[in-house]
Amino acid sequence: MEKRVTFKGWLLPVLLIAPQVLISAVFFFYPAGQAIWQSLFIPDPFGLSSQFVGLGNFEFLLGDKFYRTSFLTTATFSILVTLCSMIPALFLAVMADRLIKGSGVYRTLLIWPYAVAPAVAGVLWLFMFNTRVGVVSWYLGNLGYDWNHVLNGGEAMGLVVVASAWGRISYNFLFFFAALQAVPKSVIEAAAIDGARFWRRFWTIVLPLLSPTTFFLLVVNVVYSFFETFGVIHTITSGGPQQSTTVLVYKVFADGFVGQDLGSSSAQSVILLVVVGLLTVFQFKFIEKRVHY
Amino acid sequence: MKKSIIGALAVSTFLSPVAAMAETEVQFWHAFTGRLGELVKAQVEEFNASQSDYKVVESHKGNYSETLNAGIAAFRAKEQPHILMVFEVGTATMMAAKGAVRPAHEVMAQAGGALDQDSYIGAVKGYYTSTEGDMLSLPFNASTPVLWVNRDAMEAAGVDPDTDLSTWQNVDAALTALKAGGEDCPLVTAWQSWIHLENLSAYHDVPFASKDNGFAGVDTELMLNGEAQVAHLTAMGQWAKDGKFIYTGRRNEGGANFRAGECALFTESSAGYAGISSEAEFAFEVRPLPYWEGVGNAPQNTIIGGASLWVMEGHEDEEYKGAGAFLNFLSSSDVQAKWHQDTGYLPITAEASEATKAAGFYDANPGTDIAVIQMTANETTANSNGLRLGSFDQIRGIIDEELEGIWSGDKTAQEAMDSAKERGDALLRRFEAANR
Repeated sequence: MEKRVTFKGWLLPVLLIAPQVLISAVFFFYPAGQAIWQSLFIPDPFGLSSQFVGLGNFEFLLGDKFYRTSFLTTATFSILVTLCSMIPALFLAVMADRLIKGSGVYRTLLIWPYAVAPAVAGVLWLFMFNTRVGVVSWYLGNLGYDWNHVLNGGEAMGLVVVASAWGRISYNFLFFFAALQAVPKSVIEAAAIDGARFWRRFWTIVLPLLSPTTFFLLVVNVVYSFFETFGVIHTITSGGPQQSTTVLVYKVFADGFVGQDLGSSSAQSVILLVVVGLLTVFQFKFIEKRVHY
Repeated sequence: MKKSIIGALAVSTFLSPVAAMAETEVQFWHAFTGRLGELVKAQVEEFNASQSDYKVVESHKGNYSETLNAGIAAFRAKEQPHILMVFEVGTATMMAAKGAVRPAHEVMAQAGGALDQDSYIGAVKGYYTSTEGDMLSLPFNASTPVLWVNRDAMEAAGVDPDTDLSTWQNVDAALTALKAGGEDCPLVTAWQSWIHLENLSAYHDVPFASKDNGFAGVDTELMLNGEAQVAHLTAMGQWAKDGKFIYTGRRNEGGANFRAGECALFTESSAGYAGISSEAEFAFEVRPLPYWEGVGNAPQNTIIGGASLWVMEGHEDEEYKGAGAFLNFLSSSDVQAKWHQDTGYLPITAEASEATKAAGFYDANPGTDIAVIQMTANETTANSNGLRLGSFDQIRGIIDEELEGIWSGDKTAQEAMDSAKERGDALLRRFEAANR
């Protein structure tokens, strides 16, 4: 069934993949190799001298209970961001898909948040929830709830999750919306004639047909929540209160750029590389089996 | 009018490239924006206009941490500026970088400055002076924590605004009275680690870290879990629990609350003067930082915060002359006195302080001399010279985290400080390993 295209000779295929290989080499393999190499040293910040420590940096990190806690924080954060960005996106896409008139307007409006840079999104949400001048925290105060994400770790986590997921809803919405348009109308009409109501049709027909998109978004969102949420956390909580929002990526930044400890920072990025690699392999091996193309 | 002058200058510079070449450029990277940024720019312009051999080019590189990072990254790429502003917590990092920095006193002397190192205020220069007594960087903006009082808020809560707040015992009583009088925010603070641990330790003459707070070597350990510190933080933890101390964040977020008139007392840098005096619509007053009566040798002296200017290696001799000339200009009495009066930062020389006094500035702006008095009242001790700890920016982050544990009631002060010591010491050991 699968279509295979074969090339005669090797020059053309090599030329065709060369740009991608080159980009990967320059922007991925070279820096990743550097990180692995640097993780074996404790250098001074100015690069004047460095001590070879073998796996000492890894030993130091894994022996640190705060670093281990950071894994848990990252897991909680990533799961929450992924769920909070995918479920509302799917809901909105389904709703927009049902519209006959004006879906273009909704679509455009719903995509806007994606254009907001994470750091800016962080500042926006910070303003709304600012303990002193925030609109939302003021309303919450009127309702008798004392919002204080500066000291309450749970609230801080909630805020960074919402701020990270918000812009992402747009991105996910786009993909879900396109996928919904591709669901064959005839199948849905047949089910409707058989008496299946909207939600029933959604669960048994639409959702399974969306599974390739859902799977793709799952992978992309997990990677996003691991790496690209730095700006939000930096602007809203700086990893606090205590360590409640210190995710692994934020710790790489804090150790590398605040602490000038490039050895530890490199070791952490190597660990992160392995974690995300394993996670992606896991997703492809186990979840993809349940995806129907 | 101005435009046409600039235009004429541009044309004449364009027409006479030789003249432009004769000026040696000196790059100066700093961390100031807003009003302070303007004042720095004015200093640079004044220097450039005062002579024709050198041209200082100032550029803003982000906040303190970002500026230091930019300097380090530039050094690694061999594009470093001649002069780099580094905040006080980066001092140990810079001092350890032997091949990257050139001692300021050398550069200034070579440029013909009659540098008398003794003319600098001890507690200011001590932070940046090597164990041999040489000034390695030029203190640029130095401040020290003081207590800011909102007199109107005190009165509104039925507390005599002239009440003695020189000791924390008295402040404790005042906070209770303020709370009872209906004040929602009796006390806020900025820079909690700097004020309530680093300065607290120096002020009571107890060590913050071993080896003379790191001055005597990199094999230092934190001692911030000592009796005096824990007692103070326990009291503050209790105030936080009772709603007498309001925690607003790790940096100077509390300043917004105080300037808006929402809080009665505020522990903040003396350099908060510029912002408070321009924004506050209430009667405010500066008081010395309180101390615990009967603890240690209080009041000893407080220590500074702020930044100093480092000269970086890897440039031409002629350029170093320009850098030195600029630093000599900055440390001159007139420039210092003006800077002190404009910003609330401390003067770095006793002469500048005298000049300010002679000009009647302290009489016209009561309280502006309190920081100077607080810093210079006593001869500094090994515990009150300052701090010289590697990875200190990050250690402050750890301290912030642990303090949040106290304010939220999750940890006792002793638990939090023991944990801060353990975590901070691990970073100090790594710094020691990197700079062996």
